[in-house]
Amino acid sequence: MGLPKRKTSKSKRNKRRSHDALTAPQWLACPQCGEPIVPHRICAACGYYRGRQVITVAEEE
Amino acid sequence: MRHLKAGRKLNRTAAHRKMLMRNLIKALIQREQIRTTDAKAKELRRWADRMVTLGKKGTVHARRLAFAYLGSRRLVQRLFDEVTPRFQGRSGGYTRVLKIGPRRGDAAPISLVEFTVRGEGTTKRAEEAKGSASSA
Repeated sequence: MGLPKRKTSKSKRNKRRSHDALTAPQWLACPQCGEPIVPHRICAACGYYRGRQVITVAEEE
Repeated sequence: MRHLKAGRKLNRTAAHRKMLMRNLIKALIQREQIRTTDAKAKELRRWADRMVTLGKKGTVHARRLAFAYLGSRRLVQRLFDEVTPRFQGRSGGYTRVLKIGPRRGDAAPISLVEFTVRGEGTTKRAEEAKGSASSA
């Protein structure tokens, strides 16, 4: 079976991982209730989207 | 290659896909707003808008075409008499898709599909939604 001839150097390993970084999820505060929301989604906390109550959330008050 | 071939296959056979869309459209006409996955919601727009277009024509022929698709006199009647009159001043864009977020269980992205001009659904859930919306 083919085997690596040399140990992968730190430099080589780090270069390989240079594209592996994760990005933090985008979020913003709901203009209605201030809870963090995912953009372009109905607010899970208050059910509002674009200033309109779209769905009713059970534990809302 | 699927160049220029519009529409989604949704990992289903043609017959399965056809019945899926039929069921979704029937649910939408009956309930006014339904929840489904993003992909099904987006595909549903195409077909639901065609049904509304049929309803706006209002002819006997259009009625028969709608019945051929829906297979329910009650829903054809509801489509023609209660749903489509609301869209007289509008030429397209009869449905709206809003994203809700991941579904518990399989994390599938879920959307809400509704008619752009609001009306009343004929199910318990729609009545509950209406009741709590007006009291909120």
